[in-house]
Amino acid sequence: MLRVGLFIPCYVDQLFPQVGMATVRLLERLGVEVDFPEAQTCCGQPMANTGCTDEARPLAVKFLQIFKDYEYVVCPSGSCAAMVRHHYAEYLAGQPGFEELRGKTYELCEFLTDVLKVDKLPGRFPYRVGLHQSCHGLRELRLGSSSEIVGPAFGKARQLLELIDGVELVPLERPDECCGFGGTFAVNEAAISAMMGQDRVRDHEQAGAEVLTANDMSCLMHLDGLIRREGKPIRVLHIAEILAGAET
Amino acid sequence: MTSKVAILAAIRKHPLPPRPLPELNQAWIEYHDRPRQFAEMLESVGGHCRFVENRAAIDAALDEAPAYREAKKIVSLAEGIGRGNVDLNEIADPHDLEDLDFAILPGCFAVAENGAVWMTDMGVKHRAVAFIAQHLALVLPANEIVDNMHQAYQRLEFEQSGFGVFISGPSKTADIEQSLVIGAHGPRSLTVFCVQSPH
Amino acid sequence: MSADHAAAAAAFVADEPRTHWHDGALWFVRAKRDKAAQSLPEWELLRETASQIKGHTISQLADYLEQFERNAVRLGAQVHWARNAAEHNEIVLGILERHGVKRLVKSKSMLTEECHLNPFLEQHGIAVVDTDLGERIVQLAGEAPSHIVLPAIHKKKEDVGEIFHRHLHTAAGASDPKYLAEAARQHLREKFMEADAGLTGVNFAIAETGGFVVCTNEGNADLGVSLPKLHVASMGIEKLIPRAADLGVFLRLLARSATGQPITTYSSHFHGPRPGGELHIVLVDNGRSEILASDEFRRSLNCIRCGACMNTCPVYRRSGGHSYGTTVPGPIGSILAPARDAAAHGSLPFACSLCGSCTDVCPVKIDLHHQLLAWRKEIAHRGLLPRSKRWSMKLASLVLGNSRLYTLAGKLARAIVPRLPRFMIYNRLNAWGQKRELPVFPQQSFRELYRLSREQGNGEQVATDFTDAADERPKA
Repeated sequence: MLRVGLFIPCYVDQLFPQVGMATVRLLERLGVEVDFPEAQTCCGQPMANTGCTDEARPLAVKFLQIFKDYEYVVCPSGSCAAMVRHHYAEYLAGQPGFEELRGKTYELCEFLTDVLKVDKLPGRFPYRVGLHQSCHGLRELRLGSSSEIVGPAFGKARQLLELIDGVELVPLERPDECCGFGGTFAVNEAAISAMMGQDRVRDHEQAGAEVLTANDMSCLMHLDGLIRREGKPIRVLHIAEILAGAET
Repeated sequence: MTSKVAILAAIRKHPLPPRPLPELNQAWIEYHDRPRQFAEMLESVGGHCRFVENRAAIDAALDEAPAYREAKKIVSLAEGIGRGNVDLNEIADPHDLEDLDFAILPGCFAVAENGAVWMTDMGVKHRAVAFIAQHLALVLPANEIVDNMHQAYQRLEFEQSGFGVFISGPSKTADIEQSLVIGAHGPRSLTVFCVQSPH
Repeated sequence: MSADHAAAAAAFVADEPRTHWHDGALWFVRAKRDKAAQSLPEWELLRETASQIKGHTISQLADYLEQFERNAVRLGAQVHWARNAAEHNEIVLGILERHGVKRLVKSKSMLTEECHLNPFLEQHGIAVVDTDLGERIVQLAGEAPSHIVLPAIHKKKEDVGEIFHRHLHTAAGASDPKYLAEAARQHLREKFMEADAGLTGVNFAIAETGGFVVCTNEGNADLGVSLPKLHVASMGIEKLIPRAADLGVFLRLLARSATGQPITTYSSHFHGPRPGGELHIVLVDNGRSEILASDEFRRSLNCIRCGACMNTCPVYRRSGGHSYGTTVPGPIGSILAPARDAAAHGSLPFACSLCGSCTDVCPVKIDLHHQLLAWRKEIAHRGLLPRSKRWSMKLASLVLGNSRLYTLAGKLARAIVPRLPRFMIYNRLNAWGQKRELPVFPQQSFRELYRLSREQGNGEQVATDFTDAADERPKA
């Protein structure tokens, strides 16, 4: 039985526990043994993205200690997984276990498609679903083809959603434009951030989405905040919740 | 210390590891029907493409255009073509071309991928003639169409002093609220005559 | 400092309909780029090839510059070197004064914008007319260009109509683009005819031949330098490429990336002066040799000034070029400007959500969003971050670095925030809350629920029922 160390983003742990629980449920249903090392806190991305690498360093060191002995590390977030794979070298290059850690840290969807090679998922989710492609997952981890690059089209999140009976993915006008969360950008450039998010919501609305999903709760937290402020009827769910069998 | 010395010294102060030049000889795009691709691309950028049997047929084709029929001052550097009435070689100052209505110039070859025609100032006393005329026509052999820009540069050499230009379509601008306007500062129209037989 | 772009952007975005119009106009150009790129199966190979050519050239830039000068001089051009903007302006002024030039026509050159050449020449009694239609519009309006390829993209046709009515005496209220463009054609024809000299930029300079290429759609560069006898060409030293054959790669990428066209209408190759004329080429450093020395930012010198990064940037499209306060705006501008003055332009690398779209469209594969992040680190390490940001990051690091503090902080937040009255949460101090609701704070964290479920289920499955997802969701 495959054993994974579960890496839950700090804000998911504190504010969106249902996403973490759905991730555990999903992995266990797929026959994976899940362990959540409690010593974990945060990957350090908020500090690193502000340029405060000295403040991010101790978190990276701690992360390596906690996760280095797992066979796989799985995280329901593209940006946190990208932090480990692409931005930890600055702090941990040369450290024993780091290269291996990089090679075995996965975002949830890519873990399902690339390692577990999931080709069917039970359950029914008969709704029109708008898939928001979170930027880090898309352009850092290449979880799907980006509209800018000339090449074959593919998408791991889409691939998994299409396995669920009843899911109807709606076509967006701008399939991979940024939602405008961007970490501290959401607060520092609040006006632009809000408009970017509102434009995304409008795109999903015009496409007829009943449910908006993504593989990063940070994007969804921002979009959901806008949706609820405007009182729109779109339901926001992390992809783990849909794949694990959420019935709304 | 001169500025040149200072700049070169500033650059050389940090020698960089060598990076290789990449191979340019790749499988670049080729077209099954080059003339057709050229014509399509030229039309898509607002130009006109006419395939004619021979050079003699060009005059009749030219006469179909009101811009040519109504042209009062015409320069033709394409031998035997058009009723040129302005001898470029007699003009000392290119400013005197201000009221030039129509210019017919020889092109060297064309590029299918982007509807461009290469022409130079060889034999052209005033290069302004290609830009100042209200309308422009270029004449070239139909079998001198290459697939892509890489092939184009294989044909070009720049040993001597001179001027050359790829012209793809009439002058244009979209600077006013992204609205395309044909005829910005250069010619308002471009017609390319591709001659099937050399005579 | 951080407020600079943010404040300007907030002002721009306050006019929502206009911002959506601006965003739509630029997205349309991005879409055209996509279509053009998709038409070439070898597009990604072209990008990689161009990136490698630039990387190679930059690694031997001094040698190539010397080769270029040798060949340019052999063909009869005069080559000048300028360490910085001031020297460039003095050199150009010197050339123009020696020829008694009173009226200069100029085609697009971001380098001369960078050097603020126009006001300098005007101060010395030389009238400068920008002949690119977009540049002429902003020149008449007394503004700087807001985009490096589409200088007047921020102007609606009614705005242009008003500007032309005032300066070119077009009919009041007229806004038809064809009518306005025709008026500009006639007006600029006069300027071309009466110009004493023409100045152009350089899109690409070729070391092996000593020539250079100027790309336009309007034909304004060519008219500007084929009538008067004096041609001055200003170029940044990074515009060099080794061989004429390399142009095949760059001319296939430039216009497709910039506007989605297969090539610009005119790609003019200048080798030596016109018979009876003079050609002066001014090579400008102005900080480029310093960027060259930086391992982190050297790749930004690959830039061919296509503007694709601006067209795709969701922030640029919604804030406009002027909000950056720098000659070249957008993603590439936000990397180049701090190199010049990190204190003044420190807000620019933060005017970015790190989405990475710019990196994916860049024809010369500059890793733009990584360099923007690298600049943030540079700015933080130079102590240029505003105090509030530094302290909040230190605090965050403290709390997040310590499991106990972290769990305590989370527990407190989840206990207190849901109990606070709305006015305490949503007020001017809460930037998040201006347009968004805060997340609904749950009673228990994931780790609490997880531990509970493990204890209850003896380590078995966390839940068996699909509907648990709905039950676990906190009630709004």
